[in-house]
Amino acid sequence: MSTPEVRKPEGARGGLSYREMEESVELSHIAHEDEGEQELLTLNMGPHHPATHGVLRLLTTLEGEVVRDVKPIIGYVHTGIEKTAEDKAYWKAIPVVERMDYLSYYFNAMAYCGAVETLIGLEVPPRAQYLRVLHLELNRIASHLIWLATGALDLGAISVFWYGWRDRDRILDLFEMSSGQRMHTRYFQVGGVMEDIPVGFEQRVRAFCKDFPKRLDQFEALIDKNQIVLQRLRGVAAVDEQTLLGFGVTGPLLRATGNPWDLRKAAPYSSYDHFDFKIPVGTVGDNYDRYRVRMAEMRESVKIIEQALDGLPEGPYITPDRKYALPPRHELATSMEALIHHFKLVTEGFRVPPGEAYYPIESPRGELGCFVRSDGSSKPARVHMRDPSFVNLQAFGEMVRDTYIADLIATLAMLDPILGGIDR
Amino acid sequence: MPDATGLELIAQELRDRDSEGVLDTTFFREKAAITVTRETVQATLEHLRGKGYGFMASVHGVDYFPEEPRLGVHYELLDMSTVDRITVKVRVPLDDPHVPSVTPEWPTADHQEREIWDMFGVIFDGHPDHRRILMPEDYEGHPQRRDFPVGGEPVHFTHNESRQTRYTR
Repeated sequence: MSTPEVRKPEGARGGLSYREMEESVELSHIAHEDEGEQELLTLNMGPHHPATHGVLRLLTTLEGEVVRDVKPIIGYVHTGIEKTAEDKAYWKAIPVVERMDYLSYYFNAMAYCGAVETLIGLEVPPRAQYLRVLHLELNRIASHLIWLATGALDLGAISVFWYGWRDRDRILDLFEMSSGQRMHTRYFQVGGVMEDIPVGFEQRVRAFCKDFPKRLDQFEALIDKNQIVLQRLRGVAAVDEQTLLGFGVTGPLLRATGNPWDLRKAAPYSSYDHFDFKIPVGTVGDNYDRYRVRMAEMRESVKIIEQALDGLPEGPYITPDRKYALPPRHELATSMEALIHHFKLVTEGFRVPPGEAYYPIESPRGELGCFVRSDGSSKPARVHMRDPSFVNLQAFGEMVRDTYIADLIATLAMLDPILGGIDR
Repeated sequence: MPDATGLELIAQELRDRDSEGVLDTTFFREKAAITVTRETVQATLEHLRGKGYGFMASVHGVDYFPEEPRLGVHYELLDMSTVDRITVKVRVPLDDPHVPSVTPEWPTADHQEREIWDMFGVIFDGHPDHRRILMPEDYEGHPQRRDFPVGGEPVHFTHNESRQTRYTR
């Protein structure tokens, strides 16, 4: 009988770790000699499983307690958003693309608007770029908090679950203040943002930025050196950098292996080159590194938000080009031209010169690219999101092969897939 | 980004290898794209990998209806050291939608090629697991095509229940 290969946790302090104690138990005298290889068991997990973070179905092949193969089966929340977007005017497609990856809606809108702006060749005013960065980074923290909350729940830490949702709610309150909506805000427009930030918003964001690092300290005090978490995450499901690159994996998963690839630094968009921030990287690329990288990213996001508030330029918050942005309300009462522009935009929408554009940005999960093809009409001929969850999920089989099935759940939590983005 | 000149140099290198392989080059909004025949797509991608474009960022399908050939497959390549992107495009007609699969060389193309088969009906020869990925396995048609109607799916409500299949019986 062959004993399954398992990765043992390294450096567990205080004598033998629980796992080593478990493995040291000798069971060979119970097993029969003539049993041969252990029988494989195919186990279906999902699509409705609390630990799958959505409607993800995993067909796992187990040998005893060890995962030998896993096949993700997706498509349960496929809603045809890409098809729907082809049927809408360019600016009316923003609300539908926002609903793809439902935790990082600002990023979806940013990738889509960026692609359309590239096709038009539209300049975005500096104030709008800073406001975009401000909201993107708030959204990154909110998305990571959901990852932290649900991921910790998968490891059994239920208090972190409540704390994570509590702090995310503060961010949603900020979104509600600036755009009127808590989720799927439709705040980003082609050419800028919908509205300027209201009075008092800055103070509330600053108060959040002051409090939040303390919260992070508390989370880290709860989790970072927790013996159970360390045993569940350290040394588990490590995959090397080259394999991940082959699978097209980006984002915190790639950075956990030590590759500092981040589009905000590598190919700055929306004036990310104005901000001073660091890119956290891991060392070995195991689950614990994935966890630490995301925690450190939240601290960097707070720094970016503070810088965006400090350096927020004056000026228009949306492009003054009336062909693409709605005229201000007061102009409608006095200017015939403004009325015509308003009418054309609301009925037909704007036309975009024919061409194809691919606009990649760094979402909380990796490279989120939006491909838009225009045929010259007022509706996009094709909208495609290169969703990082969809691509990253391909590496999942490689990560969990030959680990325990309990580690499969922890690895899935650290992978952070969003099924709305995968299925679109 | 390879500028317009750099793109032509790459295209010339590819033409030296196979004089018929490169069909078109476009440089639009600072973005280089190269259209090749489907026979040379694997060789083109390997050539570009040798030039540093070692990361396949995305594979996506396009329906160029009403233009011919209708179906398109785009490969977004990325050079991570110089932060440089280039698109490789393939166009195939609807009655012969075969493209060689690049999944054996680029594992990231696996799910994305399956999605293009699912949504557009492009057949990837040599794909190890050529199945639908988002739509149900018994689904007929390829819904992302431009001539596929929106709203063609019957939706079951209580008011039209009697006119449709009763699953409860």
